[in-house]
Amino acid sequence: MKKLLNKLLVNNAFNSILSSLIPILMGLLVGFVVMYIFNPEGAWPGFLTMLQGGLTDQARGIGQVLYYTTTYILVGLSVGFSFQNGLFNIGVIGQFTIAAYVAIIIGAKVTNLPGSVHWLVAMLGAGVAGAIWAAFPGLLKAFFNVSEIITTIMMNYISIYLVNYLVYTTHYDKSIVASAYIEKTALMPKLGLDKIFPGSSINSGLFIAIFVAIVMYIILYKTTFGYSLRSCGLNRDASQYAGINEKRNIFLVMIIAGFIAGLAGGINYQSSITKVYKISETFINEPGYSIPVALLGHSHPLGIIFSSFFIAHITVGGSLSQGYGFPVETVGIITAVIIYFSAFSLVFKNMLIKYFTRRKYRGSGSMIDAASELELELGAGVTDPDVIADTSTKL
Amino acid sequence: MEDYILEMQNITKLFPGIIANDNINFNLKKGEIHALLGENGAGKSTLMNVLFGLYEPDGGKIYVRGNEEKINNPQDAERLGIGMVHQHFKLVEVFTALENIILGVETTNKGVLQMDKARKEVEALSQQYGLSVDLDLKIDDMQVGMQQRVEILKMLYRESDILVFDEPTAVLTPQEVDELMKIIEDLAAEGKSIIFISHKLKEIQRVGDRCTILRKGQRIATVDVADVTDEQLSEMMVGRKVMLQVEKSDPEIGDVCLKVDDLVVKAPGNSKYNKVHHVSLDVHKGEIVAVAGVENNGQSELVMAITGLLPATSGRIFINDKDITDWSIRDRNIELVSHIPADRQKHGLILDFDLSNNFILQTYFMDQYSKNGFLNYSNIRAHAEALIDRFDIRSAKGPDTIVRSMSGGNQQKAILAREMDRKHDLLIAVQPTRGLDVGAIEYIHEQLIKERDSGKAILLISLELDEVMNVSDRILVMFEGKIVANVKPDEVSERDLGLYMSGSKRGA
Repeated sequence: MKKLLNKLLVNNAFNSILSSLIPILMGLLVGFVVMYIFNPEGAWPGFLTMLQGGLTDQARGIGQVLYYTTTYILVGLSVGFSFQNGLFNIGVIGQFTIAAYVAIIIGAKVTNLPGSVHWLVAMLGAGVAGAIWAAFPGLLKAFFNVSEIITTIMMNYISIYLVNYLVYTTHYDKSIVASAYIEKTALMPKLGLDKIFPGSSINSGLFIAIFVAIVMYIILYKTTFGYSLRSCGLNRDASQYAGINEKRNIFLVMIIAGFIAGLAGGINYQSSITKVYKISETFINEPGYSIPVALLGHSHPLGIIFSSFFIAHITVGGSLSQGYGFPVETVGIITAVIIYFSAFSLVFKNMLIKYFTRRKYRGSGSMIDAASELELELGAGVTDPDVIADTSTKL
Repeated sequence: MEDYILEMQNITKLFPGIIANDNINFNLKKGEIHALLGENGAGKSTLMNVLFGLYEPDGGKIYVRGNEEKINNPQDAERLGIGMVHQHFKLVEVFTALENIILGVETTNKGVLQMDKARKEVEALSQQYGLSVDLDLKIDDMQVGMQQRVEILKMLYRESDILVFDEPTAVLTPQEVDELMKIIEDLAAEGKSIIFISHKLKEIQRVGDRCTILRKGQRIATVDVADVTDEQLSEMMVGRKVMLQVEKSDPEIGDVCLKVDDLVVKAPGNSKYNKVHHVSLDVHKGEIVAVAGVENNGQSELVMAITGLLPATSGRIFINDKDITDWSIRDRNIELVSHIPADRQKHGLILDFDLSNNFILQTYFMDQYSKNGFLNYSNIRAHAEALIDRFDIRSAKGPDTIVRSMSGGNQQKAILAREMDRKHDLLIAVQPTRGLDVGAIEYIHEQLIKERDSGKAILLISLELDEVMNVSDRILVMFEGKIVANVKPDEVSERDLGLYMSGSKRGA
């Protein structure tokens, strides 16, 4: 058993999954405590409901979970992709919002297209809008070294007020205080998913999101472009020394990240006829999960698919637990707690390794044997004390 | 027993996957200079970090003046009279010497600084130990040697009587080293007890009374320095016999490879200051040219201009008669220049990549490693395996080893392997042996000479005089951005080189 555990600990993928699971469990625990404080009687049934996610609502619930998963995958990929290049794209909300507007306008006003491609044009238009929106921070970062964190946040504010204004002046329905409906031909194809999950907003966007994740995986890990991106992300100085054109990379990464965030905005607002842009001074909810999704998924495209599903599962479950007297904000608290803990995931990992090191040391006669054995097993484990000291101070 | 002012008994410190200190015993007599010798990663720093309370030991006891003490942080150590002169000084650069010395232990009257009393005390100390320091000069405006004396005064002002010197000579010119050695001897004569960490055998022979040798976390021996030879010390340190002298034949000098003509380079950033002033030099094929000099005299800017990391303000750079002044870094990389950078972890490697990915850092897009934009992993892997084999790089998982987990020496070997394997005519090696142990240094010097003998031009930047004298065929000395000497190693003494390096002598 111990052997098996040790062996598992050596495995990198296992480590990553474990260091994501622990924060999730701790987050859930604290979440339960929060629920208990709000409403002691309803806490347990409400908690169970939340854990079951969409399942308590049968097919519709599952459909809704997958519908939210779609958006979270795309926004998470947008952030994760920029992380991999060492950039911090906090502008997903802005790119998403601008893209939503472009999708709505194409969906409503461009009516001379054949029905079969109308949705595609609207979706791609949304992507392009997101890309353009992200291009400005990208250019500023690449050529003037202006922090992309600040510029993208500012672009978020610009986008929300700009889109409010544009919707109000160009495509507004007073009776619902929101954007008017788009054409049916601009809706995402359902591919029969609405028959399997009746009553939910699930659509072909899910497959597009998964497709984008796979493409991103291939780009990052199989192509020369991805190689240069990851090397810039891990060590900008060494990449410059090696002659990699990091300015070009920064710009391209921001455009691609913006395009993916834009796809999310388009797909989201093309998902059903009742999905309208509400004029409001607060940011749209869905892209707000982009950073937690990327963190929890370790910025890995495939990890992001799972972390998106988990967050969607909890979000839908949380909204269903409202039946037990919980405000939907509880879910917000729990997600926040999970992110909080995911920052500690490396600490958990190191604690586990240390725990096993000591156990071995006490159990066996010679220390050197134990250590060298463990070193062999750990393989890539850090062996330079200076590096360890260095990492622990960073933490 | 009561002679010992400091005893560290059975100190054990574990890190995940390694035992950094394994039952180490270390005793310091009052008034002695006790050298601590060991390769990188032997456990010297760990032992000192335990002494200063930065690491909590997993086992063992520390006695100071006969009392068992638990040291939890550097403040505890300071209270016990233990002080350290760090390799990289811990000084506030915009403060004066005096301000730095009293920082943290200021005498105040109702919250107002009482500088006069402190000044008198510091002046008395500096006279007693012959530490000449201009107390009103800002650290920024000082030579390194004086900065170090400020550090020493700082310890003395805190009434430390156990003084730890962590590789104190690494940043000094030979003349400054002489001065420091004398200061250390004086301090010991005045009753201070000194731990002298070094891997330079010459210095240990010169000032050390006893020497403790560490290897792979274990104490190998504690010896009286007078009883052992350099060869014996290095053998105990490395665990095998090593060649202290590099063997090489006379160079077969070919055509000019690198030619730098009237080059001016500004400091990185938007600096107005020229770091390289109208430098002209050339390096021929089959020749190792060393640039000697004290750190920060323009050597790194010179290298950055040749490799394309910094633009030349004026002047031209030619390689094989091609004007490359305006070429991109990549064009220089793939055609002509290999470069072993000074900071291997910052510039030379991507620590979180594995070995095979690090081997293709400059060449990943070339036909050998990619096709239509997709990486060719089987070729990349085969290439990595070949290099690991050829350069004897020790790694736990071969091409899949994450570079961060490798020792400094093997990291450096990996860079060496990559740079020597790539197509190039000029190899620029910046402090290629910095921080490496004797065995690795020996290996790297051999490789450089092999490279020279195969007809490459080599520009070696080094702060180590031994290295400069041993390896090079010609020496240029750089001082304040200018080349102040151009000499052959057998026509110049170390003393003269030191004078050139400190700017007090100028040659051709």
